[in-house]
Amino acid sequence: MGKKLNELKAGDVGIVRSVAGEGMLKRRLMDMGLVAGTPVKVQKFAPLGDPMEIKVKNFNLSLRKSEAALIELDVAQ
Amino acid sequence: MKKTNLTVALAGNPNCGKTTIFNNITGAHQRVGNYPGVTVERREGVRNYKHNTLVFLDLPGTYSLTAHSQDEVVARNSIINEKPDFIVNVLDASNLERNMYLALQLLELERPVIVALNMSDVAEKHGMKVKAELLGRKLGTPVVKMVGNRNKGTHHLLDAVLHEANAEEYPVFKLDFGVELEQALEEVSEKLYALPDLKYPRRWMAIKLLENDEEVVSVINSMPQADSVLTVVKEWRDTLHTQFGQNAEYVIAERRYQFISAVCREVIHSSDEWSETTSDKIDRVLTHRILGLPIFLGIMWLLFQIVFTVGEYPKGWLEQGIGMLGEFVGNHMAEGDLKSLIVDGIVGGVGGVIVFLPNILLLFLGIAILEDSGYMARAAFVMDRIMRAVGLQGKAFIPLLVGFGCNVPAIMSTRTLENQRDRLLTILVVPMMSCSARLPVYTLLIAVFFPPHLAGTVLFAVYLIGIVLAIIMAKVFRKVFFPGAIEAFVMEMPVYHFPTLRSISIHMWERSMLYLKKAGTLILAASILVWFLVSYPSEVTYSQDFEQAKAQVEEMYSQQVDEDVLQPLGIASIEEKSELRVAVDALQALKSEEESQEELLPEKRNELEQNNPEMFAFANKYWELGQNRDEKISALEQEQASEKLAGSYAGQFGKVIEPVLKPLGFDWKIGVALIAAVAAKEVLVSTLGTIYSVGDAGGNSIGVAMAADPTFSPLVACSLMIFTLLYSPCLAALAVVRRETNSWKWTIFTSVYSTVLAWVMAFLVYQVGSLLGL
Repeated sequence: MGKKLNELKAGDVGIVRSVAGEGMLKRRLMDMGLVAGTPVKVQKFAPLGDPMEIKVKNFNLSLRKSEAALIELDVAQ
Repeated sequence: MKKTNLTVALAGNPNCGKTTIFNNITGAHQRVGNYPGVTVERREGVRNYKHNTLVFLDLPGTYSLTAHSQDEVVARNSIINEKPDFIVNVLDASNLERNMYLALQLLELERPVIVALNMSDVAEKHGMKVKAELLGRKLGTPVVKMVGNRNKGTHHLLDAVLHEANAEEYPVFKLDFGVELEQALEEVSEKLYALPDLKYPRRWMAIKLLENDEEVVSVINSMPQADSVLTVVKEWRDTLHTQFGQNAEYVIAERRYQFISAVCREVIHSSDEWSETTSDKIDRVLTHRILGLPIFLGIMWLLFQIVFTVGEYPKGWLEQGIGMLGEFVGNHMAEGDLKSLIVDGIVGGVGGVIVFLPNILLLFLGIAILEDSGYMARAAFVMDRIMRAVGLQGKAFIPLLVGFGCNVPAIMSTRTLENQRDRLLTILVVPMMSCSARLPVYTLLIAVFFPPHLAGTVLFAVYLIGIVLAIIMAKVFRKVFFPGAIEAFVMEMPVYHFPTLRSISIHMWERSMLYLKKAGTLILAASILVWFLVSYPSEVTYSQDFEQAKAQVEEMYSQQVDEDVLQPLGIASIEEKSELRVAVDALQALKSEEESQEELLPEKRNELEQNNPEMFAFANKYWELGQNRDEKISALEQEQASEKLAGSYAGQFGKVIEPVLKPLGFDWKIGVALIAAVAAKEVLVSTLGTIYSVGDAGGNSIGVAMAADPTFSPLVACSLMIFTLLYSPCLAALAVVRRETNSWKWTIFTSVYSTVLAWVMAFLVYQVGSLLGL
């Protein structure tokens, strides 16, 4: 089932299907390892609900929900 | 031939332990500066090892080598332009996949690379074993295992560098991007042969062109046969886009990660993918939904306390020391302009900058700990939502908070913001955080013009106005200067670790030296200028001959002493009568005691009188005459100083700008004080003291003089407080703005926009207030 990263809840796991958008932001996300086929786990959300923290390729990454919305995932179950 | 002089560039991701390794290798033998034209820091160090001189260049830590960020451009251009003999690529073994992404791009630059596999201990703790040798074979580079923060492996790395230096040639690594991309790369490379004198490796350039890298495209554009190359590139980008459904740069990024994943599957023996690390456990508390913000605020409070409360003590000592130096010089030099220049101008001005040093040291101690430990990223994570509402980024909170203490370290601490735009915006609004030097101005005005029960509210309102305006201006500046730019907040949350003493002390040392050097030189020049403006022209036409008036006072004094004391006693000098001398001294002692404990006075005075009633009367008379003379002389001197200031260039200027200040309710005197206070805002109080000729700027006496001045009213006080809050930052702050923005344009802009804003706000306050009849 396809879902956007910002729609996931803490503890959810998915596999990156695609990164939308163009330009610098997309490039930055891909440079950080968010390319198709990469498993991602949602770690938590910041105290005010945004940004969020995820685990990807063995490190922790924080990104804003608006940025996470660009990332489409395949979610198990 | 064997080279004994080698240059080595150190490259790697942020947080991979690169700087620690650099510090381990070079120790204190390093130099920091900026790369020409940008504010990216350039760090160089030298290490002598086995009769070889190794020059290490610490490149900025980056995740990639695109043209999107200044750091990345600097890193890759240093490698291309300076052609270091080696690139040492530090890889964090516990985070190998993402770290290797940069490694592949470094290899594309076709310089020999040595991989330093750092933090293998951390990796093993997380259940990952990296097969170093196999990794080396896959990348075609030597691999050295290291544990930087325990200084392990440094010698192995240096040995590897020397060993490779003797190698005849090195293999060029080539990543296979797949049939279509390889074909495209080949055709573009082919076209590049036609161009003259390329300093870039051809294949790298072809990759960058397919990636549509702005910088490389513009380099090509400046060449004669640019069109033929760019046409081919354009065709291929279109072809690849139809084939893959996205632009070539993304396909290339995916290919790199595919290769890396394949290598990592072979090289790493890993147990559990989503294991909870120690950092995750710490973050369960530090970035907790409810506790996260209070903990952050607590840490900020602590930082603030350390910097400004603990820092006050050494600051006080420095102030004393500088005061003593001024006095010493003052006592050992002949009167004149030179003495005035050295004492008032140089010692006073430069000393005023040096006294901030303890605050700066402590602030950077705190910041170094927050950054090196990994907490800074958490602070940004917790605060980002709030700061974004303000138009800034999470990390900008720290400079703004520090700004309430002193704008100078606050502006320096904007270095923690990676993004140039965020940094600049933060620098522009920091001055609206009312620093502690402005406080004496507020307290003086509030004490004189407001009833005590309103004092707190008024003070709070002043600070609040600063904060509100900072929010508004941050939004305005973002709209005006960077319209449409969206800053990515994609940020690594590094693993927590104990900061090393070495890196913290190096960090503190560097910041302090930069502050002293850069701010010091500018401040020196500026202090001399301000001194000149308030001291010259030295010949002023006075309303009366002060020297003669003083001589008259002296003459009258000795005449009266003669008549009232000496003649009745039949002596020529008070020294002739030892009883009198003793009584005078006792009285003097009593008077100086008066200042500390007033109530004891009458009793002791009576005692003294009863001891020797006759002599006491004379002694008292003598003492009173002396007192009277001193008062008259100092009144004359103050009046003279006041007239001299009025006649000085600063005073003349004050009168010239008076029409501009009139609508704010200010007269020329306030104008002069405001100009002088650009040197340091607290100077406003002492300059007003000079102008109102009340001698030592003891708060009360100026207060009395101001209350008596018809220019002043509570409304003018409000207007003046607003103006002081907002107008041009002090010279020390401007000097660091210059340094941190690397631009006179932004420095001047900061000074001008804040002054204009101050004028507008003070105008509104005064005019609206006047209309309301306040």
